[in-house]
Amino acid sequence: MGETFAMKILGRAAGKKVREGEIVFVEPDYVLTHDNSSAIIGKFEATVPGSKVKYPKRLAIVLDHVIPAASSKNAAGHRKIRKFVDEQNIRHFYDIGTGICHQVLPEMGLVKPGSIVVGSDSHTCTYGAFNCFATGIDRTEAAGIWITGKTWFKVPETINIDITGSFTAGVSAKDLILTIIGDIGAGGANYMAVEFNGPAVAGFRICDRMTIANMGIEMGAKIAAFQANSVTDRYLEAMGVDISEALWSDNDAEYTRSYEYDLADIVPVAACPHQVDNVLPIQELPETGIDQVFIGTCTNGRIEDFQAALEILRGHTVHSDVRLLVGPASRKEYLKAMQMGLIQDFVEAGAVILPPGCGPCLGAHQGALAPDEKCLSTANRNFKGRMGEKDAEIYLSSPETAAASAITGRITDPREVL
Amino acid sequence: MQVFCYKQDDINTDLLFPGKYTYTCSTGPEILEHLLEDLDPAFAKSVKSGDIIIAGENFGCGSSREQPSLGLRYVGLKAVIARSFARIFYRSAINQGLLLVQSPEAVEAYNEGNEVEIDPAGGIIRIEGRTFNFPALPSEMLSILADGGLLNHIRKEFSGGDER
Repeated sequence: MGETFAMKILGRAAGKKVREGEIVFVEPDYVLTHDNSSAIIGKFEATVPGSKVKYPKRLAIVLDHVIPAASSKNAAGHRKIRKFVDEQNIRHFYDIGTGICHQVLPEMGLVKPGSIVVGSDSHTCTYGAFNCFATGIDRTEAAGIWITGKTWFKVPETINIDITGSFTAGVSAKDLILTIIGDIGAGGANYMAVEFNGPAVAGFRICDRMTIANMGIEMGAKIAAFQANSVTDRYLEAMGVDISEALWSDNDAEYTRSYEYDLADIVPVAACPHQVDNVLPIQELPETGIDQVFIGTCTNGRIEDFQAALEILRGHTVHSDVRLLVGPASRKEYLKAMQMGLIQDFVEAGAVILPPGCGPCLGAHQGALAPDEKCLSTANRNFKGRMGEKDAEIYLSSPETAAASAITGRITDPREVL
Repeated sequence: MQVFCYKQDDINTDLLFPGKYTYTCSTGPEILEHLLEDLDPAFAKSVKSGDIIIAGENFGCGSSREQPSLGLRYVGLKAVIARSFARIFYRSAINQGLLLVQSPEAVEAYNEGNEVEIDPAGGIIRIEGRTFNFPALPSEMLSILADGGLLNHIRKEFSGGDER
Protein backbone atom coordinates (compact mmCIF):
# COMPACT_ATOMS: atom_id res chain seq x y z
CA MET A 1 0.00 0.00 0.00
CA GLY A 2 1.26 3.47 -0.89
CA GLU A 3 1.93 6.29 1.52
CA THR A 4 0.20 9.64 1.92
CA PHE A 5 2.00 12.99 1.88
CA ALA A 6 1.71 13.24 5.68
CA MET A 7 3.23 9.78 6.20
CA LYS A 8 6.12 10.52 3.84
CA ILE A 9 7.03 13.90 5.23
CA LEU A 10 6.81 12.87 8.90
CA GLY A 11 8.59 9.61 8.10
CA ARG A 12 11.47 11.43 6.43
CA ALA A 13 11.75 13.87 9.36
CA ALA A 14 11.62 11.04 11.91
CA GLY A 15 14.07 8.93 9.91
CA LYS A 16 11.85 5.85 9.70
CA LYS A 17 8.78 4.38 8.05
CA VAL A 18 5.70 5.52 9.96
CA ARG A 19 2.10 4.41 10.21
CA GLU A 20 -1.02 6.45 10.85
CA GLY A 21 -1.68 7.03 14.53
CA GLU A 22 1.99 6.69 15.49
CA ILE A 23 3.63 9.47 17.53
CA VAL A 24 6.87 10.81 16.07
CA PHE A 25 9.34 13.42 17.26
CA VAL A 26 10.59 15.84 14.61
CA GLU A 27 12.61 19.04 14.34
CA PRO A 28 10.53 21.60 12.41
CA ASP A 29 12.33 23.59 9.69
CA TYR A 30 10.71 26.82 10.87
CA VAL A 31 8.70 27.98 13.84
CA LEU A 32 6.64 31.07 13.13
CA THR A 33 5.45 33.44 15.84
CA HIS A 34 4.00 36.96 15.57
CA ASP A 35 2.88 39.63 18.04
CA ASN A 36 2.33 36.79 20.49
CA SER A 37 6.14 36.37 20.59
CA SER A 38 6.22 38.75 23.57
CA ALA A 39 4.23 36.24 25.66
CA ILE A 40 6.36 33.40 24.27
CA ILE A 41 9.53 35.26 25.27
CA GLY A 42 8.14 35.44 28.82
CA LYS A 43 7.64 31.67 28.85
CA PHE A 44 11.05 31.01 27.31
CA GLU A 45 12.84 33.19 29.85
CA ALA A 46 10.89 31.75 32.78
CA THR A 47 11.74 28.18 31.74
CA VAL A 48 15.42 28.53 30.80
CA PRO A 49 16.64 31.89 32.18
CA GLY A 50 19.62 33.34 30.33
CA SER A 51 19.61 30.61 27.68
CA LYS A 52 19.94 30.90 23.94
CA VAL A 53 17.35 29.74 21.43
CA LYS A 54 18.43 26.32 20.18
CA TYR A 55 18.17 27.09 16.44
CA PRO A 56 17.86 30.88 15.98
CA LYS A 57 17.93 30.53 12.18
CA ARG A 58 14.74 28.46 12.33
CA LEU A 59 12.69 31.18 14.00
CA ALA A 60 10.55 33.51 11.92
CA ILE A 61 8.95 36.42 13.75
CA VAL A 62 6.51 38.73 11.97
CA LEU A 63 4.75 41.67 13.63
CA ASP A 64 1.36 41.77 11.94
CA HIS A 65 -1.55 41.24 14.29
CA VAL A 66 -1.96 44.62 15.96
CA ILE A 67 0.08 47.03 13.83
CA PRO A 68 0.78 49.86 14.25
CA ALA A 69 0.39 49.28 17.99
CA ALA A 70 -3.13 50.14 19.12
CA SER A 71 -2.10 50.77 22.71
CA SER A 72 0.93 51.33 24.87
CA LYS A 73 0.65 47.71 26.00
CA ASN A 74 0.89 46.49 22.38
CA ALA A 75 3.82 48.83 21.79
CA ALA A 76 5.64 47.46 24.83
CA GLY A 77 5.10 43.94 23.51
CA HIS A 78 6.56 44.90 20.14
CA ARG A 79 9.56 46.52 21.84
CA LYS A 80 10.19 43.43 23.94
CA ILE A 81 10.21 41.32 20.75
CA ARG A 82 12.69 43.63 18.96
CA LYS A 83 15.04 43.44 21.95
CA PHE A 84 14.84 39.64 22.05
CA VAL A 85 15.48 39.48 18.30
CA ASP A 86 18.69 41.48 18.79
CA GLU A 87 19.87 39.51 21.82
CA GLN A 88 19.17 36.13 20.26
CA ASN A 89 20.39 37.05 16.79
CA ILE A 90 17.11 36.14 15.09
CA ARG A 91 17.72 36.69 11.39
CA HIS A 92 14.18 36.21 10.10
CA PHE A 93 12.47 39.10 11.85
CA TYR A 94 9.95 41.23 9.96
CA ASP A 95 8.81 44.38 11.69
CA ILE A 96 5.44 46.11 11.30
CA GLY A 97 4.48 46.94 7.75
CA THR A 98 6.19 43.94 6.13
CA GLY A 99 2.87 42.16 6.00
CA ILE A 100 0.81 39.28 7.35
CA CYS A 101 2.99 36.37 8.44
CA HIS A 102 1.39 33.88 6.05
CA GLN A 103 2.13 36.15 3.09
CA VAL A 104 5.57 37.20 4.36
CA LEU A 105 7.10 33.74 4.92
CA PRO A 106 6.58 32.64 1.30
CA GLU A 107 7.70 36.06 0.02
CA MET A 108 10.91 35.82 2.02
CA GLY A 109 11.69 32.38 0.65
CA LEU A 110 11.20 30.56 3.96
CA VAL A 111 8.70 27.96 2.80
CA LYS A 112 10.37 25.08 1.06
CA PRO A 113 8.44 22.22 -0.53
CA GLY A 114 8.68 19.12 1.62
CA SER A 115 9.54 21.07 4.79
CA ILE A 116 7.81 21.16 8.18
CA VAL A 117 6.63 24.54 9.46
CA VAL A 118 4.84 25.13 12.74
CA GLY A 119 3.43 28.43 13.91
CA SER A 120 1.67 29.86 16.92
CA ASP A 121 -1.14 30.83 14.57
CA SER A 122 -3.90 28.51 13.44
CA HIS A 123 -3.65 29.63 9.79
CA THR A 124 -0.09 28.34 9.54
CA CYS A 125 -1.69 25.62 7.40
CA THR A 126 -1.46 28.18 4.54
CA TYR A 127 2.01 26.88 3.58
CA GLY A 128 0.42 23.64 2.46
CA ALA A 129 -0.01 25.70 -0.72
CA PHE A 130 3.74 25.19 -1.22
CA ASN A 131 3.85 21.49 -0.33
CA CYS A 132 4.78 22.08 3.32
CA PHE A 133 3.57 20.09 6.31
CA ALA A 134 2.42 23.25 8.09
CA THR A 135 0.29 23.46 11.20
CA GLY A 136 -0.67 25.61 14.16
CA ILE A 137 0.56 25.18 17.72
CA ASP A 138 0.04 27.21 20.88
CA ARG A 139 2.41 29.75 22.46
CA THR A 140 3.68 27.30 25.06
CA GLU A 141 4.67 24.78 22.42
CA ALA A 142 6.40 27.51 20.40
CA ALA A 143 8.44 28.37 23.52
CA GLY A 144 9.21 24.67 23.91
CA ILE A 145 10.50 24.44 20.33
CA TRP A 146 12.60 27.58 20.79
CA ILE A 147 14.25 25.72 23.70
CA THR A 148 14.50 22.15 22.41
CA GLY A 149 14.17 22.49 18.63
CA LYS A 150 11.74 19.60 18.48
CA THR A 151 8.12 18.60 18.95
CA TRP A 152 5.84 15.59 18.50
CA PHE A 153 3.16 14.76 15.95
CA LYS A 154 0.66 12.01 15.65
CA VAL A 155 0.82 10.80 12.04
CA PRO A 156 -2.60 11.83 10.75
CA GLU A 157 -5.06 10.01 8.57
CA THR A 158 -5.74 11.73 5.25
CA ILE A 159 -8.80 13.06 3.42
CA ASN A 160 -8.47 13.32 -0.36
CA ILE A 161 -10.26 16.08 -2.25
CA ASP A 162 -10.27 15.53 -6.00
CA ILE A 163 -10.95 18.62 -8.09
CA THR A 164 -11.86 18.75 -11.78
CA GLY A 165 -13.19 21.37 -14.21
CA SER A 166 -12.90 25.16 -14.34
CA PHE A 167 -14.53 28.01 -12.45
CA THR A 168 -17.35 29.89 -14.16
CA ALA A 169 -17.38 33.72 -14.27
CA GLY A 170 -17.66 35.42 -10.88
CA VAL A 171 -16.64 32.28 -8.95
CA SER A 172 -13.22 31.75 -7.37
CA ALA A 173 -11.08 29.71 -4.98
CA LYS A 174 -12.80 31.18 -1.92
CA ASP A 175 -16.17 29.86 -3.10
CA LEU A 176 -14.62 26.42 -3.56
CA ILE A 177 -13.05 26.19 -0.10
CA LEU A 178 -16.16 27.61 1.62
CA THR A 179 -18.28 25.03 -0.23
CA ILE A 180 -15.92 22.25 0.87
CA ILE A 181 -16.01 23.43 4.51
CA GLY A 182 -19.80 23.63 4.36
CA ASP A 183 -19.89 20.00 3.21
CA ILE A 184 -17.21 18.55 5.51
CA GLY A 185 -18.14 20.65 8.56
CA ALA A 186 -16.14 22.67 11.10
CA GLY A 187 -14.79 19.53 12.74
CA GLY A 188 -15.05 17.14 9.79
CA ALA A 189 -11.32 17.01 9.11
CA ASN A 190 -10.29 17.25 12.77
CA TYR A 191 -6.80 15.78 13.42
CA MET A 192 -6.55 14.83 9.74
CA ALA A 193 -4.44 15.83 6.78
CA VAL A 194 -6.26 17.11 3.71
CA GLU A 195 -4.74 16.64 0.25
CA PHE A 196 -6.01 18.53 -2.78
CA ASN A 197 -5.64 16.44 -5.91
CA GLY A 198 -7.12 16.21 -9.39
CA PRO A 199 -6.59 17.81 -12.79
CA ALA A 200 -7.96 21.25 -11.83
CA VAL A 201 -5.08 21.81 -9.40
CA ALA A 202 -2.71 22.41 -12.34
CA GLY A 203 -4.73 25.51 -13.21
CA PHE A 204 -4.56 27.05 -9.73
CA ARG A 205 -2.45 30.16 -9.26
CA ILE A 206 -0.33 30.67 -6.12
CA CYS A 207 -3.08 32.88 -4.69
CA ASP A 208 -5.73 30.18 -5.28
CA ARG A 209 -3.63 27.56 -3.51
CA MET A 210 -3.01 29.92 -0.59
CA THR A 211 -6.70 30.86 -0.21
CA ILE A 212 -7.64 27.17 -0.14
CA ALA A 213 -4.86 25.88 2.14
CA ASN A 214 -5.35 28.85 4.50
CA MET A 215 -8.83 27.66 5.41
CA GLY A 216 -7.95 24.03 6.13
CA ILE A 217 -8.13 24.74 9.86
CA GLU A 218 -11.75 25.85 9.46
CA MET A 219 -12.66 22.19 8.92
CA GLY A 220 -10.31 21.15 11.72
CA ALA A 221 -7.48 19.92 9.49
CA LYS A 222 -3.97 19.43 10.84
CA ILE A 223 -2.56 20.27 7.42
CA ALA A 224 -4.09 21.17 4.04
CA ALA A 225 -1.60 20.55 1.26
CA PHE A 226 -0.97 20.60 -2.47
CA GLN A 227 1.62 18.86 -4.61
CA ALA A 228 4.42 21.10 -5.88
CA ASN A 229 4.18 21.80 -9.62
CA SER A 230 5.56 24.16 -12.26
CA VAL A 231 3.51 27.04 -10.78
CA THR A 232 5.04 26.72 -7.31
CA ASP A 233 8.47 25.90 -8.73
CA ARG A 234 8.52 29.12 -10.75
CA TYR A 235 7.37 31.22 -7.78
CA LEU A 236 9.83 29.67 -5.31
CA GLU A 237 12.85 29.42 -7.62
CA ALA A 238 12.59 33.16 -8.29
CA MET A 239 13.42 33.57 -4.59
CA GLY A 240 16.19 31.00 -4.60
CA VAL A 241 14.24 28.40 -2.65
CA ASP A 242 15.43 24.80 -2.89
CA ILE A 243 12.61 22.88 -4.57
CA SER A 244 14.33 19.50 -4.66
CA GLU A 245 12.80 18.08 -1.47
CA ALA A 246 9.16 18.15 -2.55
CA LEU A 247 7.13 15.07 -1.64
CA TRP A 248 3.70 13.77 -2.55
CA SER A 249 1.45 10.83 -1.88
CA ASP A 250 1.75 7.63 -3.87
CA ASN A 251 -0.88 6.88 -6.50
CA ASP A 252 -2.06 3.93 -4.41
CA ALA A 253 -2.11 5.83 -1.10
CA GLU A 254 -5.07 4.89 1.04
CA TYR A 255 -7.35 7.73 2.13
CA THR A 256 -9.76 7.64 5.03
CA ARG A 257 -12.33 9.59 3.02
CA SER A 258 -12.52 11.09 -0.46
CA TYR A 259 -14.57 13.89 -1.96
CA GLU A 260 -14.97 15.07 -5.54
CA TYR A 261 -15.64 18.59 -6.75
CA ASP A 262 -16.24 19.89 -10.27
CA LEU A 263 -15.39 23.59 -10.33
CA ALA A 264 -18.13 24.15 -12.91
CA ASP A 265 -20.68 23.31 -10.18
CA ILE A 266 -19.34 25.85 -7.67
CA VAL A 267 -21.43 29.02 -7.24
CA PRO A 268 -20.82 32.20 -5.20
CA VAL A 269 -21.39 31.36 -1.54
CA ALA A 270 -21.14 33.01 1.86
CA ALA A 271 -20.35 31.61 5.29
CA CYS A 272 -23.12 33.00 7.47
CA PRO A 273 -22.96 33.89 11.19
CA HIS A 274 -21.50 32.52 13.39
CA GLN A 275 -19.73 29.51 11.89
CA VAL A 276 -17.51 29.02 8.87
CA ASP A 277 -19.37 25.82 7.92
CA ASN A 278 -22.72 27.65 7.83
CA VAL A 279 -22.41 28.06 4.05
CA LEU A 280 -25.20 29.13 1.69
CA PRO A 281 -25.29 30.08 -2.00
CA ILE A 282 -25.63 33.86 -2.16
CA GLN A 283 -28.79 33.41 -4.22
CA GLU A 284 -30.44 31.55 -1.34
CA LEU A 285 -29.67 34.25 1.24
CA PRO A 286 -32.50 36.49 2.38
CA GLU A 287 -31.90 40.18 1.62
CA THR A 288 -28.98 41.07 3.91
CA GLY A 289 -27.96 44.70 4.23
CA ILE A 290 -24.36 45.31 5.31
CA ASP A 291 -22.54 48.09 7.15
CA GLN A 292 -18.95 47.18 6.34
CA VAL A 293 -17.04 45.27 3.66
CA PHE A 294 -13.48 44.14 4.31
CA ILE A 295 -11.25 42.95 1.46
CA GLY A 296 -7.91 41.70 2.71
CA THR A 297 -6.28 39.21 5.15
CA CYS A 298 -4.05 36.18 4.66
CA THR A 299 -7.00 34.54 2.89
CA ASN A 300 -7.74 37.16 0.21
CA GLY A 301 -5.45 40.19 0.43
CA ARG A 302 -3.36 39.57 -2.66
CA ILE A 303 -3.07 41.37 -6.03
CA GLU A 304 -5.29 38.88 -7.84
CA ASP A 305 -7.97 39.36 -5.16
CA PHE A 306 -7.80 43.12 -5.61
CA GLN A 307 -7.96 42.77 -9.39
CA ALA A 308 -11.01 40.53 -9.16
CA ALA A 309 -12.73 42.97 -6.81
CA LEU A 310 -11.89 45.99 -8.95
CA GLU A 311 -13.14 44.40 -12.13
CA ILE A 312 -16.52 44.64 -10.44
CA LEU A 313 -16.01 47.85 -8.49
CA ARG A 314 -14.45 50.09 -11.18
CA GLY A 315 -16.86 52.67 -12.50
CA HIS A 316 -19.01 52.39 -9.36
CA THR A 317 -18.86 53.99 -5.96
CA VAL A 318 -19.27 52.24 -2.65
CA HIS A 319 -22.87 52.34 -1.38
CA SER A 320 -23.51 55.24 1.00
CA ASP A 321 -24.46 52.89 3.86
CA VAL A 322 -21.27 50.83 3.52
CA ARG A 323 -17.70 51.34 4.76
CA LEU A 324 -15.23 49.56 2.47
CA LEU A 325 -11.90 48.62 4.06
CA VAL A 326 -9.05 47.24 1.97
CA GLY A 327 -5.94 45.68 3.50
CA PRO A 328 -3.01 44.47 1.37
CA ALA A 329 -1.49 41.22 2.67
CA SER A 330 2.05 42.56 2.54
CA ARG A 331 4.24 45.53 1.66
CA LYS A 332 5.19 43.79 -1.58
CA GLU A 333 1.57 43.27 -2.54
CA TYR A 334 0.82 46.87 -1.51
CA LEU A 335 3.61 48.23 -3.72
CA LYS A 336 2.50 46.12 -6.67
CA ALA A 337 -1.07 47.30 -6.16
CA MET A 338 0.10 50.91 -6.15
CA GLN A 339 2.20 50.47 -9.27
CA MET A 340 -0.76 48.89 -11.04
CA GLY A 341 -3.08 51.71 -10.00
CA LEU A 342 -5.27 49.39 -7.92
CA ILE A 343 -4.93 51.42 -4.74
CA GLN A 344 -5.98 54.58 -6.59
CA ASP A 345 -9.01 52.74 -8.01
CA PHE A 346 -10.05 51.54 -4.56
CA VAL A 347 -9.65 54.98 -3.02
CA GLU A 348 -11.61 56.60 -5.85
CA ALA A 349 -14.41 54.11 -5.28
CA GLY A 350 -14.51 55.21 -1.63
CA ALA A 351 -12.36 52.59 0.14
CA VAL A 352 -10.25 53.13 3.24
CA ILE A 353 -6.80 51.54 2.84
CA LEU A 354 -5.38 49.78 5.91
CA PRO A 355 -1.71 49.00 6.59
CA PRO A 356 -0.45 45.54 5.53
CA GLY A 357 -1.43 43.43 8.52
CA CYS A 358 -4.24 41.40 10.03
CA GLY A 359 -6.39 44.51 10.48
CA PRO A 360 -10.02 44.02 11.53
CA CYS A 361 -9.95 40.21 11.16
CA LEU A 362 -9.33 39.47 14.82
CA GLY A 363 -11.19 42.38 16.36
CA ALA A 364 -8.29 43.86 18.29
CA HIS A 365 -8.27 47.19 16.44
CA GLN A 366 -9.08 48.87 13.08
CA GLY A 367 -12.58 48.45 11.74
CA ALA A 368 -14.24 46.95 14.82
CA LEU A 369 -18.01 46.57 14.57
CA ALA A 370 -20.80 48.16 16.62
CA PRO A 371 -23.58 46.03 18.14
CA ASP A 372 -25.99 44.65 15.50
CA GLU A 373 -23.79 45.72 12.59
CA LYS A 374 -23.14 43.33 9.71
CA CYS A 375 -19.80 42.93 7.97
CA LEU A 376 -19.01 41.01 4.79
CA SER A 377 -15.36 40.01 4.94
CA THR A 378 -12.94 38.07 2.75
CA ALA A 379 -11.28 36.72 5.92
CA ASN A 380 -11.38 33.13 7.13
CA ARG A 381 -13.38 33.26 10.34
CA ASN A 382 -16.81 34.61 11.32
CA PHE A 383 -17.09 33.50 14.94
CA LYS A 384 -19.36 35.43 17.27
CA GLY A 385 -17.36 38.34 18.69
CA ARG A 386 -14.52 37.85 16.22
CA MET A 387 -14.51 41.47 15.04
CA GLY A 388 -14.71 42.88 18.53
CA GLU A 389 -18.48 42.75 19.18
CA LYS A 390 -20.53 39.69 20.10
CA ASP A 391 -23.78 41.20 18.88
CA ALA A 392 -22.40 41.91 15.40
CA GLU A 393 -22.63 39.52 12.45
CA ILE A 394 -19.83 38.49 10.09
CA TYR A 395 -20.34 36.92 6.68
CA LEU A 396 -17.41 35.51 4.69
CA SER A 397 -17.14 35.56 0.92
CA SER A 398 -14.89 35.88 -2.12
CA PRO A 399 -13.43 39.25 -3.14
CA GLU A 400 -15.84 39.24 -6.10
CA THR A 401 -18.89 38.94 -3.84
CA ALA A 402 -17.43 41.49 -1.43
CA ALA A 403 -17.00 44.03 -4.24
CA ALA A 404 -20.49 43.48 -5.67
CA SER A 405 -21.97 43.85 -2.18
CA ALA A 406 -20.01 47.04 -1.49
CA ILE A 407 -21.76 48.59 -4.49
CA THR A 408 -25.30 47.45 -3.68
CA GLY A 409 -25.15 47.67 0.12
CA ARG A 410 -26.52 44.13 0.50
CA ILE A 411 -24.90 40.72 0.06
CA THR A 412 -24.96 40.31 -3.70
CA ASP A 413 -24.12 37.53 -6.15
CA PRO A 414 -21.29 39.05 -8.24
CA ARG A 415 -22.82 37.59 -11.39
CA GLU A 416 -25.62 40.14 -11.01
CA VAL A 417 -23.24 43.02 -11.60
CA LEU A 418 -20.65 41.43 -13.92
CA MET B 1 -17.76 20.73 42.62
CA GLN B 2 -19.76 22.47 39.89
CA VAL B 3 -20.42 21.17 36.40
CA PHE B 4 -20.72 23.71 33.60
CA CYS B 5 -22.63 22.08 30.77
CA TYR B 6 -22.40 23.52 27.25
CA LYS B 7 -23.52 20.67 25.04
CA GLN B 8 -23.60 22.60 21.75
CA ASP B 9 -21.02 21.65 19.10
CA ASP B 10 -18.14 23.78 17.78
CA ILE B 11 -17.61 26.03 20.81
CA ASN B 12 -14.78 28.10 19.38
CA THR B 13 -11.83 29.98 20.79
CA ASP B 14 -13.51 33.36 20.39
CA LEU B 15 -16.35 32.19 22.64
CA LEU B 16 -13.81 30.81 25.13
CA PHE B 17 -11.67 33.94 25.04
CA PRO B 18 -12.49 36.88 22.71
CA GLY B 19 -9.78 37.73 20.19
CA LYS B 20 -9.87 41.43 21.07
CA TYR B 21 -8.05 40.69 24.34
CA THR B 22 -5.47 38.31 22.87
CA TYR B 23 -2.59 40.75 22.76
CA THR B 24 -3.25 42.50 26.06
CA CYS B 25 -4.06 39.58 28.39
CA SER B 26 -1.64 36.72 28.88
CA THR B 27 -1.44 35.99 32.63
CA GLY B 28 -3.87 33.80 34.55
CA PRO B 29 -5.66 36.64 36.42
CA GLU B 30 -5.94 38.77 33.23
CA ILE B 31 -7.34 35.83 31.28
CA LEU B 32 -9.82 34.79 33.97
CA GLU B 33 -11.53 38.18 33.76
CA HIS B 34 -12.70 37.40 30.20
CA LEU B 35 -12.78 33.59 30.21
CA LEU B 36 -15.87 32.31 28.34
CA GLU B 37 -17.14 35.92 28.29
CA ASP B 38 -19.23 35.60 25.11
CA LEU B 39 -20.41 32.05 25.91
CA ASP B 40 -21.39 32.32 29.56
CA PRO B 41 -20.77 35.70 31.21
CA ALA B 42 -21.37 34.13 34.66
CA PHE B 43 -18.61 31.52 34.28
CA ALA B 44 -15.58 33.61 35.25
CA LYS B 45 -17.16 34.75 38.51
CA SER B 46 -18.43 31.36 39.64
CA VAL B 47 -15.83 28.81 38.43
CA LYS B 48 -13.76 27.19 41.18
CA SER B 49 -10.90 24.75 41.43
CA GLY B 50 -12.08 21.17 40.86
CA ASP B 51 -15.01 22.13 38.59
CA ILE B 52 -15.78 20.32 35.34
CA ILE B 53 -16.96 21.47 31.90
CA ILE B 54 -19.11 19.20 29.73
CA ALA B 55 -19.26 20.02 26.01
CA GLY B 56 -20.24 18.76 22.56
CA GLU B 57 -18.26 18.08 19.38
CA ASN B 58 -15.12 19.96 18.29
CA PHE B 59 -14.71 21.91 21.54
CA GLY B 60 -12.06 24.64 21.23
CA CYS B 61 -12.05 24.98 17.44
CA GLY B 62 -10.55 27.99 15.72
CA SER B 63 -7.57 30.03 16.81
CA SER B 64 -4.32 28.70 18.28
CA ARG B 65 -4.55 31.24 21.11
CA GLU B 66 -3.80 29.50 24.38
CA GLN B 67 -5.75 31.74 26.75
CA PRO B 68 -8.66 29.23 26.85
CA SER B 69 -6.52 26.28 27.96
CA LEU B 70 -4.22 28.40 30.11
CA GLY B 71 -7.18 30.12 31.78
CA LEU B 72 -9.00 26.86 32.52
CA ARG B 73 -5.83 25.38 33.95
CA TYR B 74 -5.23 28.55 36.00
CA VAL B 75 -8.62 28.28 37.72
CA GLY B 76 -7.89 24.65 38.53
CA LEU B 77 -10.58 23.12 36.32
CA LYS B 78 -10.50 19.37 36.91
CA ALA B 79 -11.29 18.44 33.31
CA VAL B 80 -13.24 19.18 30.17
CA ILE B 81 -15.35 16.21 29.10
CA ALA B 82 -16.48 16.57 25.48
CA ARG B 83 -17.77 14.53 22.58
CA SER B 84 -14.59 15.62 20.75
CA PHE B 85 -11.93 18.33 20.82
CA ALA B 86 -10.38 20.50 18.13
CA ARG B 87 -6.80 19.54 17.48
CA ILE B 88 -4.86 22.68 18.41
CA PHE B 89 -6.87 23.11 21.61
CA TYR B 90 -6.28 19.47 22.53
CA ARG B 91 -2.53 19.90 22.11
CA SER B 92 -2.60 23.18 23.95
CA ALA B 93 -4.43 21.62 26.91
CA ILE B 94 -1.74 18.96 27.23
CA ASN B 95 0.89 21.70 27.02
CA GLN B 96 -0.84 23.51 29.91
CA GLY B 97 -1.38 20.37 31.97
CA LEU B 98 -5.18 20.52 31.62
CA LEU B 99 -7.01 17.19 31.47
CA LEU B 100 -9.31 16.66 28.48
CA VAL B 101 -11.52 13.61 28.34
CA GLN B 102 -13.20 12.51 25.13
CA SER B 103 -16.33 10.56 25.98
CA PRO B 104 -19.45 11.06 23.84
CA GLU B 105 -21.26 8.54 26.04
CA ALA B 106 -20.60 10.47 29.24
CA VAL B 107 -21.70 13.73 27.60
CA GLU B 108 -24.88 12.01 26.41
CA ALA B 109 -25.58 10.59 29.85
CA TYR B 110 -25.08 13.81 31.79
CA ASN B 111 -28.16 15.67 32.97
CA GLU B 112 -28.18 18.95 34.86
CA GLY B 113 -27.54 18.45 38.54
CA ASN B 114 -25.81 15.06 38.17
CA GLU B 115 -22.72 14.36 40.24
CA VAL B 116 -19.65 13.74 38.07
CA GLU B 117 -16.47 12.05 39.25
CA ILE B 118 -13.31 11.50 37.24
CA ASP B 119 -10.51 9.06 37.95
CA PRO B 120 -7.82 10.15 35.47
CA ALA B 121 -5.39 7.34 36.30
CA GLY B 122 -8.06 4.67 36.02
CA GLY B 123 -9.62 6.22 32.91
CA ILE B 124 -13.07 6.24 34.48
CA ILE B 125 -15.90 8.80 34.64
CA ARG B 126 -18.77 8.19 37.07
CA ILE B 127 -22.11 9.92 36.55
CA GLU B 128 -24.90 9.06 39.00
CA GLY B 129 -23.69 5.50 39.46
CA ARG B 130 -22.99 4.85 35.80
CA THR B 131 -19.37 4.42 34.74
CA PHE B 132 -17.76 5.36 31.47
CA ASN B 133 -14.25 4.37 30.44
CA PHE B 134 -11.97 6.60 28.43
CA PRO B 135 -8.75 5.46 26.75
CA ALA B 136 -5.42 6.36 28.33
CA LEU B 137 -3.33 9.01 26.57
CA PRO B 138 -0.16 7.93 24.74
CA SER B 139 2.80 7.84 27.12
CA GLU B 140 4.49 10.86 25.50
CA MET B 141 1.49 13.03 26.39
CA LEU B 142 0.94 11.45 29.79
CA SER B 143 4.44 12.39 30.85
CA ILE B 144 3.86 16.04 29.84
CA LEU B 145 0.56 16.07 31.76
CA ALA B 146 2.14 14.40 34.77
CA ASP B 147 4.84 17.07 34.90
CA GLY B 148 2.16 19.79 34.91
CA GLY B 149 2.57 20.91 31.31
CA LEU B 150 5.15 21.15 28.56
CA LEU B 151 7.43 23.81 30.02
CA ASN B 152 7.62 22.09 33.40
CA HIS B 153 8.38 18.91 31.50
CA ILE B 154 11.19 20.64 29.58
CA ARG B 155 12.50 22.27 32.77
CA LYS B 156 12.74 18.81 34.31
CA GLU B 157 14.62 17.49 31.28
CA PHE B 158 17.03 20.43 31.43
CA SER B 159 17.70 19.99 35.13
CA GLY B 160 19.02 16.50 34.49
CA GLY B 161 15.78 14.55 34.42
CA ASP B 162 15.09 11.86 31.87
CA GLU B 163 16.67 13.28 28.72
CA ARG B 164 14.83 11.97 25.72
